[in-house]
Order: sequence, then C-alpha cells, then structure tokens
Amino acid sequence: MMSRTNVFPQTAHSMARGLGWFSIGLGLAELLAPRALTRGLGMEGNEQIVQAYGVREIATGIGILSSNQPAPWIWGRVGGDALDIATLAAGLQQDNPKKDNVELALVAVAGVTALDVVCGTSLARRLSPPRRRRSAIDYHRRTGFPKPAHQMRGAARDFEVPRDMRTPEALRPFPTIPFPSD
Amino acid sequence: MKALCWHSPKDIRCDEVPDPKIEHPRDAIIKVTSCAICGSDLHLYDGYMPGMENGDVMGHEFMGEVVEVGADSKHALKVGDRVVIPFTIICGECDQCQRGNFSVCERSNRNRDVADKMFGHATAGLFGYTHLTGGYPGGQAEYVRVPYADKTHIKIPSTGLSDEQVLFLGDIFPTGWQAAVQCDIQPTDTVAVWGCGPVGQMTIRSAILLGAQQVIAIDNVPERLAMAQAGGATVINFAEESVVARLNDLTDGKGPEKCIDAVGMEAHAGGSIDAVYDKVKQSMMLETDRPHVVREMMYVCRPAGTLSIPGVYGGVLDKIPFGAAMNKGLTIRMGQTHVNRWTDDLLRRIEEGQIDPSFVVTHRVDLAEGPGMYKTFRDKEDGCVKVVLHP
Repeated sequence: MMSRTNVFPQTAHSMARGLGWFSIGLGLAELLAPRALTRGLGMEGNEQIVQAYGVREIATGIGILSSNQPAPWIWGRVGGDALDIATLAAGLQQDNPKKDNVELALVAVAGVTALDVVCGTSLARRLSPPRRRRSAIDYHRRTGFPKPAHQMRGAARDFEVPRDMRTPEALRPFPTIPFPSD
Repeated sequence: MKALCWHSPKDIRCDEVPDPKIEHPRDAIIKVTSCAICGSDLHLYDGYMPGMENGDVMGHEFMGEVVEVGADSKHALKVGDRVVIPFTIICGECDQCQRGNFSVCERSNRNRDVADKMFGHATAGLFGYTHLTGGYPGGQAEYVRVPYADKTHIKIPSTGLSDEQVLFLGDIFPTGWQAAVQCDIQPTDTVAVWGCGPVGQMTIRSAILLGAQQVIAIDNVPERLAMAQAGGATVINFAEESVVARLNDLTDGKGPEKCIDAVGMEAHAGGSIDAVYDKVKQSMMLETDRPHVVREMMYVCRPAGTLSIPGVYGGVLDKIPFGAAMNKGLTIRMGQTHVNRWTDDLLRRIEEGQIDPSFVVTHRVDLAEGPGMYKTFRDKEDGCVKVVLHP
C-alpha cells in the first residue's frame, strides 16, 4: 500500500550506518594491508600505527552499527579523523616522494570528517528530550486481580490443559523415597 | 484513512493511505476503536524481522466495530458487531485449525511460497507482520480489512466491558496464557518468567491463576519489576544480581521446573559476554537474533523441566547450549499463539472479574502520536509498559 504525507527524516541514521560500514571496511584494510598503505603514502615504518588505527576503526564501526544511539560513536569517529589528519600531516615533508598521495589522503579524510560532523550534529538534533524516567512511577497497585495476588493463586484451576499440552503422566511429579543419609 | 506505516527501520509514520475494501466474500471491514503497540512490533521497528516493505501498515493488536461484511461472512458477523481481532488470521477449516493449532493455519498465509522457503512450511497469515506471514495491512489504522472474518474474530458481548479490558484478547493475554498453559503448571512448580514487558506481565498472572507455587520474574526495569511484584511474582533485577545464582537460591539449588521466555530475539543482558557477542554479530548481520534468554533457561532449568517460548524469534540462533537441554531432558514448547483456542475461556474470566488485563496500560495517545510512542516504548522511557492508540 503506497503512502504519502509526513516526512520523518531518517537520513542521519542511514548515514550513520553507512559510516559504520565504511569504518569497518577501512579498518579491515588498515589491519590486513598496512604495508601497502604506508608504501602508497611514502610513510614506511608506520605499519603498527596503521594497524592500531584499523582496530580503532573496526571497534567504532561495530559501535555505530550495534547502538540505538550511534551519536557518541560518530563523535568518536571525528576524534579518530583528527588523529588520522595529524598522522598524515607528518607525511607532508618535502623529501616524501609520495607527498601527492598524502595530500589526496588528507582531502579524503577531511571530506569524511565533514560527513561525520554533519551526521553527528544531525543525530544530536534528533535526540529526544531528556529521558523522563519517572522514579516516582509506582506500579505496585497494578495487580490486574480483584484480590491480592496470593489470594488469586490457583483461581483458574478449573481450566483443563488441552491434551497436546499436558506433561506426560510419567513425567509428572510423584512422591519419592528419600535416600538414607550416610 | 490514517495509518501507521513502516518505511524503514526506526522510521514509522502516520500516513494517509487508501481505505480498505472487501476483496473476498469472507472479508469484513472493521472501524478500529482501539489498537496497541505490541512488543513484537518493536522487532519490525528495529529492523530485525525480514520481509517488511516500504509503506506496510503496522499493527496486529486491535479491535473495533464491524462496518461492512462480505457475503460469506454474514452468517457470523453483522454491521455494528463489536469485535476483537486475533493477530493470527485463521480459515477455521484446514487440518491445523481443526486441531486448534490456529497459528499455523494452512490457508491464511497468502505468501506461502516465500514462507515455505524461509521456514520449511508456511505458518498462518498475520496482520501487519511482514510479507512472510502474508503481508496483510495491520490494525494501527482507522480501518482494517479482516480476511476470513467469519472465523477471525472474537465477538464482544455488550456487557459493559471497556475496550482496554478486552483489547488484549487479540494477542498479549492469550499469549501469556498459552505460555503458562503449555508448561502444564503443577501446584508444586516454580515458574520463572524472563521479561516483564506486557506479555511477561500476562504470563505472570496466568501462572498465578493456574496455581504455580512460586512465580519468579526477571527484568532490569524497576517499574516493570514493581508491576510483576504486584501480580504476585518474586522479582530478580538482572542488572543487580546473578539470575542463575538467585534462581537456584529460590529453588533449593534445583532450578525452576518451568522457564518461560517472554523476551525473544532482542534480549538485553547488560554486559554479559554472550550478550556482547550477540550484539556484535547481529550488528554485522552475522546473526539474526540475540538468544541470551534461551541460553540461560537451558542452563538453569531443572532437569526434566519445561521451557516455554512465546517470545518471537526470527531466524538463526547462535551458541545454543543444546547439550545441556538434551542431557537434562528438557521439554521445549514454543510458537505463535493459537489465539482463538483460548479466547472464549479468557473472555469469561474477564467477565467474571477474575482478571482485568487493562492493568498493563500505561500510555494512551492518538494514532498520530504513534510513531513517537514506538521509540518511547522501545526505550522503556517514561515508565512505558503498554501503549494504546486511538484512531
């Protein structure tokens, strides 16, 4: 059945999911192929740092995908982006033959950072008002029964359990003879 | 008409959709007077159940007044009748319906091919609950088409009962009742109920009425535990104490004879290792369900005991301690509820005042406020236990 009216923006959540999967993909690449990445950036010798960043990306990605409130994880990504930018900046020395690649990588990270910030801001805007966890809510009187619960115990013993739901006779409780104590 | 429509996970809107029409002589059209958000609707809201499509009308717990009746349903219904509609659509004639196994009606699921592939054999058609169960528009709407309406209804006599007293005959009350009944509760039994949401609350009261010696309720939401306690349960807050240790303490170290899972596929189990494992796998689409409760029940249940599972599961479950279940000789009973099998008896109990299911209602809003209430209910905000919507 097709519908119309009322647009309820879901873009931020969709974007968060996309960023979550991107995090996991990038993290796997960093974890599994650090040498290729450092070689492409002219930053050999930083493989362990790249792998550590890979673990960070995967953890953040899982956090985003598994959380009902992914905003904190998205802001965690922004922090990670800052770390990435700082690390890449070290590769901008004149003597780096792959300096052009580093510049491209910085542009890419800056672009993703912008997306992270847009997403994080949108999610924060969409957060509901502070939880109204009414500590004074008292459901102690909501028994559902006309009398106190202990007086209702067994009130439906007139009900006959259908034969397909009965415990077989042999499995019903029966009196047992206690073992003699040692 | 207005209806709550699913568009994508976490995106439900109150939309304008075409009014339903009679499509088959056994149909009827119901003007909805009250409907509710069910815990199992949250699995659709969160996007964990496969088979939803953009624009699907939500809702399977509703009641109202008959406004139009197809030619072949006129012997059973007339315009003006007040009815609760069971969430399972039943033909009343197939072999399974004849046996009272209404939730696996062989004819009402119009998407049998898809369901056969997914589950091996199709189950009954359900309102507002994925295209695996027929893709029938649901009852969170102003009007609903009820297929097989001559059988798919519970007629409410004009005895002065309010909507809220009878609305839950369509799902959560018989679901809680069946969960307890299929445990075949004995007067010496301890019954442990995981989850104090609406179905858990009905299960607790059903177990008390059926005469369990001790009912133990497990949750971590204080107001829900308070409601469980009001219904006669001893409570365990799993955020504060070990469920297994406490259940053993309360049963002389033997474990409860009967264990009921009123939680289902989206268990929240704090920081337990298996809960974190499930959350990670589910978020990466490597697992469909989070079966913490099933694992805990299999572990703690007394040997030769019974597990009853009314909680909804959708797909493939991981790391189930089947060795414990097998070696302890546990009986496992589960399934969607055979609603009409229980409703005559339960309606009588409501009429006689033995129970008033409206105790569970905490929020009443207009249909248009439904989308926001999904989130409130899902996040258990504002003491929310059960939401009733009025179109």
